[in-house]
Amino acid sequence: MPDKPNGQDIVGRGNAEGARLFRDWFNSLTTAKERNEPAAYVFVMGSLQEILRVFDYHTVFPEIHSLQMAVRRVAHEYLMQAEDYGYSPDICGYVKADVALQLRGGEHPMGTIPKPSLAIMTNACNTYMKWGEIWERMYDCPTFTLDAPGSRAIKSLDWRQNSYFESDRKYVEAQLRELIALCEKLTGKKFDIDKLRDVMEKTNRMSRAYRRVLELNKSHPALFNALNEGTIFLGVVNALRGTADGAKYFEDLVVEMEYKAAHGIGTLRDEKYRLSIVGVPCYPIFRRFYELFSEWGGTFVTSSYLWFASGGADLGFQYDLNRPIESLSEGVLISLRHAMDAMFFQNQWIIDQIDSYGVDGIVYHPIKSCRTTSTGLADNRRWVMEARDVATLFIESDMMDKRVVSEAQMKNRIDAFFEGLATRRLHAQAAA
Amino acid sequence: MAYAGGVDVGSTQTKAVVVDEHAQIVGRAIIDTGSNVITAAENAFRIAVKNVGVDEAEVEYIVGTGYGRYKVTFGDTQITEISCHARGAVHMFPGTRTVLDMGGQDTKAIRVRDNGEVVDFCMNDKCAAGTGRFLQAAAFALEIPLADLGPTALRAEKAVAISTTCTVFAESEVLSWLGRGKKIEDILLGVHRSIGSRSMALLRRVGIEEQVTFTGGVTKNQGMVEVMNQMLGFQVNTGGEAHLMGALGAALFALDRIKASRVPHHAKEGVA
Repeated sequence: MPDKPNGQDIVGRGNAEGARLFRDWFNSLTTAKERNEPAAYVFVMGSLQEILRVFDYHTVFPEIHSLQMAVRRVAHEYLMQAEDYGYSPDICGYVKADVALQLRGGEHPMGTIPKPSLAIMTNACNTYMKWGEIWERMYDCPTFTLDAPGSRAIKSLDWRQNSYFESDRKYVEAQLRELIALCEKLTGKKFDIDKLRDVMEKTNRMSRAYRRVLELNKSHPALFNALNEGTIFLGVVNALRGTADGAKYFEDLVVEMEYKAAHGIGTLRDEKYRLSIVGVPCYPIFRRFYELFSEWGGTFVTSSYLWFASGGADLGFQYDLNRPIESLSEGVLISLRHAMDAMFFQNQWIIDQIDSYGVDGIVYHPIKSCRTTSTGLADNRRWVMEARDVATLFIESDMMDKRVVSEAQMKNRIDAFFEGLATRRLHAQAAA
Repeated sequence: MAYAGGVDVGSTQTKAVVVDEHAQIVGRAIIDTGSNVITAAENAFRIAVKNVGVDEAEVEYIVGTGYGRYKVTFGDTQITEISCHARGAVHMFPGTRTVLDMGGQDTKAIRVRDNGEVVDFCMNDKCAAGTGRFLQAAAFALEIPLADLGPTALRAEKAVAISTTCTVFAESEVLSWLGRGKKIEDILLGVHRSIGSRSMALLRRVGIEEQVTFTGGVTKNQGMVEVMNQMLGFQVNTGGEAHLMGALGAALFALDRIKASRVPHHAKEGVA
């Protein structure tokens, strides 16, 4: 009988293993290019990997390879190349970095990205479709666009109670069947519904565990930082969705987090303030951005990013394997609505985070690149401040372009935010 | 007698204040920051201490603030100018609920509670339009001393609309209006209103609540004060010490630390 793992084996393995899996995934993309294996370009909102894996497509996430350029501090080289090529400084940094990557034949600091054999877009982001058209023009590759009917309301799983949900689901199911037919045609492989069930079962395990990991961060102190460690989790939940490795990773992560919770092991040694971040991280100074908060004892216990960019995994949605395509269409519809519709109705989500995670302050981080995720944050902040007596910080920068990231100005605002939190706490203690 | 010091190293000027244990200003200094921030901080502090007529060592605790706060090498700690302006403003004008601070390169709007706690703040971002630098650019273009800008603007009959939001391009726009025969007074009032409208946008983001206290170097410009009064629809609090508000707030925080060190088991956390 194997020895029971001790704390040393468990604590920190999620970060190490996540980084390893992520490197392996990038390596597999490099190999795919060398072997000329088919690769589908997909996005984090509506990746449809359950179907693509049935046909053995490698999946490339342009959003992820772009952000990795920023984390590795080379994004500016790619952005400027795309701007020299004719793209405006004002458009999405992810798009421009990817365009330059394509111009460089897939050259990326983590390997080589294969060309698209198929591009999958959804209407979850208004840039996705125009982005896909760029690949279409560059490579004459087939594209598939999933149109998910929105609801413009925050209901999540309750959507199924709506009378029109079934007709919306059928609309999505019909499109998924079109995608299956397209994949059969492109790959010459027959669709295997049992293989789909197998992939969906892996996604079920992964989603269940991912949701549990997020819930476990209600612990005091927080077990992981939703900003930096959360980004590792987010990378794995997207890149390895529907795989045995991905499912095992999150199941192991639950064990690690439960161990940490049971032993009071926090991600910070001295957690002073529990924070929530709304928006995308500042990747051009990713580590420093984290430190600007952690140096004050601030930990991000939640992040809206772990919600809207997780492909619906945060819902823990479980596919019904007895009716796989019907259930897949239901899951796709719910997760896309959850990501895009709820993005405009974040108020209640934020209030729930404040109440259930014991959040002391909310950091809003609108970015130049993305109007979709940034629009409305100022109004949202005002609403939240009226609903709860909570400190908030509003800092604007970008997730890719370091030219609009001013660290000195950012630090000034963050320092003032923490000074306010400290004063607030002192006054509360004095009043108690 | 205990003394506490505050040194506010701004982008354009460095200010220092010394307060006594009754929180009264007993020493002050304002000098240009120049290229050597450390020297500017030292010089400002020395001048302020000299005003008091005591030895530097008698100033028990010093807080550095402003963008150059980490260059106040002789200071005991650093606190942002956001917290310091709020603290100084509430101390000088206890009815303050909103602070507008207009400095050389940034403008901030701060909403405060009656105890000086910062509820919310926002600042100009990545652009110096709407700050003192905008006025400086206009003064340069019109070849008018900075001190004459406000009085000249107040003589205007009809303000021209300055549409640009860029400090650099504002110079061209000012010259273009001059070339079209507009009076300097009218152009300058337009410049002041342009800054005022950007400040109002910042104020609205934090929520305008009376009383509003106007701080920073630009408060020395009476034209700007009048424009803010008009745009707000009521009189702002301001005055001779408004330029020193950040340094005063820093000195008051320093005084808190001195008092806290004399009270056993006082909570050390927090800037208040």
